[in-house]
Amino acid sequence: MIRAVNIKKSFGDVEVLKGISTVFEKGKTNLIIGRSGAGKTVFLKILVSLLEPTEGEIWYDDVNITQLNKRQLIDVRKQIGMLFQGSALFDSMTVEENIRFPLDMFTKMTKKEKEMRVDERIEVVNLEGSNNKYPGEISGGMQKRVGIARAIVLNPKYLFCDEPNSGLDPKTSLVIDELIQEITQVNQMTTIINTHDMNSVMEIGANINFLHLGKLAWKGNKNMVLESDNELLQDFIFASPFLQRLRKRALGK
Amino acid sequence: MIYSLFYHLGRYVSLLRLMISKPEKWSMYWKETMRQMNDIGIGSLVIVCLIALFIGAVSAVQFAYQLKDAPVPMYYTGYIVRDMTIIELAPTITCLVLAGKVGSNIAAEIGGMRQKEQIDALEIMGVNTASYLVLPKLLAALIVIPMLVAIAAFVSIVGGYLASVPTGMVTDSEYVLGLRSFFLPYNVFMMFVKAVSFGFILTSVSCYQGFFVKGGSIELGRASTNAVVVSDVMILLADYVITLSLT
Ligand SMILES: Nc1ncnc2c1ncn2[C@@H]1O[C@H](COP(=O)(O)OP(=O)(O)OP(=O)(O)O)[C@@H](O)[C@H]1O
Ligand SMILES: [Mg+2]
Repeated sequence: MIRAVNIKKSFGDVEVLKGISTVFEKGKTNLIIGRSGAGKTVFLKILVSLLEPTEGEIWYDDVNITQLNKRQLIDVRKQIGMLFQGSALFDSMTVEENIRFPLDMFTKMTKKEKEMRVDERIEVVNLEGSNNKYPGEISGGMQKRVGIARAIVLNPKYLFCDEPNSGLDPKTSLVIDELIQEITQVNQMTTIINTHDMNSVMEIGANINFLHLGKLAWKGNKNMVLESDNELLQDFIFASPFLQRLRKRALGK
Repeated sequence: MIYSLFYHLGRYVSLLRLMISKPEKWSMYWKETMRQMNDIGIGSLVIVCLIALFIGAVSAVQFAYQLKDAPVPMYYTGYIVRDMTIIELAPTITCLVLAGKVGSNIAAEIGGMRQKEQIDALEIMGVNTASYLVLPKLLAALIVIPMLVAIAAFVSIVGGYLASVPTGMVTDSEYVLGLRSFFLPYNVFMMFVKAVSFGFILTSVSCYQGFFVKGGSIELGRASTNAVVVSDVMILLADYVITLSLT
């Protein structure tokens, strides 16, 4: 479980986050949604302590990570996996080396054990046969999947994904969403996903946090989205006239 | 201006201080160091030799020309070429060239990693990025650059021979006699002091420029240019200081 308590963040005079408090639950896919520029990435970076909040606290279970020194933070980070918006694979390494990197760096596993673990993860993300390709040689969707494999190779307790679906076709998006959801449930991880993809919201939105202008404007799950009368949320999710008509029909209006 | 000087200096020093820490895993650092040694060393060998060859050749021809009517024995050509290259030309020119080739490359590589969030990715895994990205490059440079400089000095002297002896400006025995006259091992020591210092400067400055890149490709280009310009200026300054204090 991860808890954010009254998080504020300013860049110069601009206040991007204006006091956000929320809880992200274990074993669930927790979403952060909102318009472009709402502050999702900034919030996620604060959650993983890549950025420091101007005010507020972040709790990982019963550890307040905003209070930790560098060494303690490193210990916490070994339990974190993160998928970046642009995948952030290392260009000088092959797919296999990328996925193996955290194992090489932080474990004393034998070569054989590492090989097994990497193969297992490659299978999970359906990338058999691409072991020796370089990131430049595979498609964006495949890069994302390598990114996921790398993020989960050390069995993290906490998984963060910044827009796992951006730039992917709906079908591939769905595959990635389901993949993340499955890993989360099987390993009982606390997963937090930034997205503005409506399919994801309706598919894997177990705990949805809607940010608007730096504030938490709505919180709920996918079953509550349709019925909610929060206008900001409706405006955001059912943005097109087509979707609005669909919603009306679904509600029997 | 003064503010920005201190700002950069402070950030540069703190990057170097962060770099000094126990590696998470020696073998990973060693692997990266080997990769860098290959990049810096093998990758630069041809250009360094080419430049050294011509510098030696031009120095020899020029000194032979200057000494022709002077009351100085001709064998001084070999002596002067030897000491000029060892003390000054080999370390300085080689490192200026390396700043252009290796320095800009380092800045672009690290800067690109910053922009594509790869440094964040390392950071999130719990890697000390200042250490993992800078230390292997620095180690590799400190091992390989003195070797390159020594090779450059040797090639220069050969270049001097090739340019002056077959053309009949200096005889073979004069050139060799010159090479063997007034030899001070101390000068070789000076060469290595320069090589190590310049290597440190160009690598650390370039890493610094790349590490703190923001924005997009324009900033990346600028960082890469800055890496070269700042390294060059610092190398020349250091050259002056070292020469003053060691001679
Ligand atoms: N380093 C920074 N310095 C100054 N302002 C920043 C910085 N990072 C983000 N911002 C500002 O914070 C606001 C929120 O940005 P953020 O990247 O979190 O948006 P987002 O919700 O992730 O949008 P998108 O969906 O487009 O990725 C933006 O107005 C942006 O200009
Ligand atoms: Mg974003």
